[in-house]
Amino acid sequence: MYPRPFTYHRAASLKDAAATLAELGPEAKLLAGGQSLVPLMKLRLSSPAALIDVGHIQGLNYIRAENGAFRIGALARHTDMAQSAAARHVPILHDCAAGIADVQVRNWGTVVGSIAEADPTGDWAPVLLVLDTEVECLANHGRRSLGLAGFIQDAFTTALRPGEVMQELRVKATERGSGGCYLAFKRCAPVYASASVAVQLALEGATCRQARVALGAVALTPVVATESAKALEGSDLNAKSIARAAEAAAASCEPPCDGRGSTEYKRALIRKLFTQAVNVAARRARGESVEVSHHYA
Amino acid sequence: MPSVSTSANGLLQLQLTVNGKAVRAEVEPRTLLVELIRDILDLPGTHIGCDTSFCGACTVLLNGRSAKSCTLLAVQADGGELLTVEGLERDGKLHPVQQAFAENHGLQCGFCTPGMMISAVHLLEHEPKPSEQQIRKAIAGNCCRCTGYQNIFRSVAAAAGMMKG
Ligand SMILES: Cc1cc2nc3c(=O)[nH]c(=O)nc-3n(C[C@H](O)[C@H](O)[C@H](O)COP(=O)(O)OP(=O)(O)OC[C@H]3O[C@@H](n4cnc5c(N)ncnc54)[C@H](O)[C@@H]3O)c2cc1C
Ligand code: FES
Ligand code: FES
Repeated sequence: MYPRPFTYHRAASLKDAAATLAELGPEAKLLAGGQSLVPLMKLRLSSPAALIDVGHIQGLNYIRAENGAFRIGALARHTDMAQSAAARHVPILHDCAAGIADVQVRNWGTVVGSIAEADPTGDWAPVLLVLDTEVECLANHGRRSLGLAGFIQDAFTTALRPGEVMQELRVKATERGSGGCYLAFKRCAPVYASASVAVQLALEGATCRQARVALGAVALTPVVATESAKALEGSDLNAKSIARAAEAAAASCEPPCDGRGSTEYKRALIRKLFTQAVNVAARRARGESVEVSHHYA
Repeated sequence: MPSVSTSANGLLQLQLTVNGKAVRAEVEPRTLLVELIRDILDLPGTHIGCDTSFCGACTVLLNGRSAKSCTLLAVQADGGELLTVEGLERDGKLHPVQQAFAENHGLQCGFCTPGMMISAVHLLEHEPKPSEQQIRKAIAGNCCRCTGYQNIFRSVAAAAGMMKG
């Protein structure tokens, strides 16, 4: 399968990439790992007139702790994240990084590219939405920083302006007493999720002090389930309160009926994944080390 | 690799190391890595199964990282080091992973085998003593339509044993 012809430009730096993007206009696209773009171009669902390759730029695959946040460079790959100190400190990052597709895709696909793609079934957006995440953007005329919730505008649509590139993501480090978990249901490894749930909780004794819940693959954008989070906050975590919050999570989305399942089936997945994720998040919040894996059909 | 030279007819001139040898090649920007490997470099051991990023038959190592070569552009390998199944054998001697697949019936039709073995090599480079769970995860991106996988798991475990000794 051949993509449509395009012209190729290799960027020497992200600044250079932004300048070339401004010059070439909206028909040009950045190429990072190519793990979303190349399949789309082969199917001719995307046919950019020009590609600006940032993949050969050195030193952009960093994941660094700085001032209470983790900075994720534009070329940090899923594999880099799975092996990072950030993923040891914030286990929900590990849940996500180690569960994306298969080894080959994780070796080349980037976290930043995944957010730029804004695929409604992508794994990173729900995870980074339950953490505090800022998107650092770079253009010819300067930089700006946006909260992730405002950055993702619609399916495959972000707030990036013409001539603007993503420089890095900044994820606030979580505090002691906070624990999270991300679980997805996938039909097999190299496919996107049918439904997924990200939960981050802060506990005080048995009581949930603060909760954040986001759902993936059940709408055109990730769903921040505020009602579900509210149902947990201030309550003791037990089977009853968790079931109530699971119901609220399922009610907060209208999953599309498609090849991955019916609306009701995906709601059922959300309830189940939510219940498991809350239990793991609570154990982690209490300092336990818990390993999880996505569910495969 | 800050720049790439382009010929008058718009072809990109790539330089890379393939199975230890320096190689030059001219490609269109849209040429896929697997097409460079099979059609231009004439190394047909790397297979095309699904051509849609799913089956892993096209798996190669690029700069030490396993990759589905149908899901990368050839130009992404410029300046890089590529290992294909043809590069596993050294001086007429099979790589332990090849030997183990042969001895443990790790293949039937053999179509998935080049990709399977490259994924196994990648695993053993990072994890010399893999658990069964780690072996299963390592080949989650490689489909086999024949063996039912059990003999592949055995082959990878046997290769780990041979490489340790
Ligand atoms: C078989 C397969 C299975 C997969 N399964 C999953 C899965 O289960 N879950 C999941 O989340 N993902 C999955 N993916 C997608 C994978 O995570 C991609 O790697 C990721 O979405 C994109 O990263 P990339 O570096 O490859 O980006 P590319 O494909 O290079 O680019 C993707 C988009 O982002 C833009 N872009 C990249 N970098 C920047 C930047 N710095 N600034 C602005 N724009 C930029 C590009 O222009 C392009 O539009 C799968 C992919 C494959 C091939
Ligand atoms: S041919 Fe590349 S993954 Fe199937
Ligand atoms: S041996 Fe036939 S596909 Fe694996």
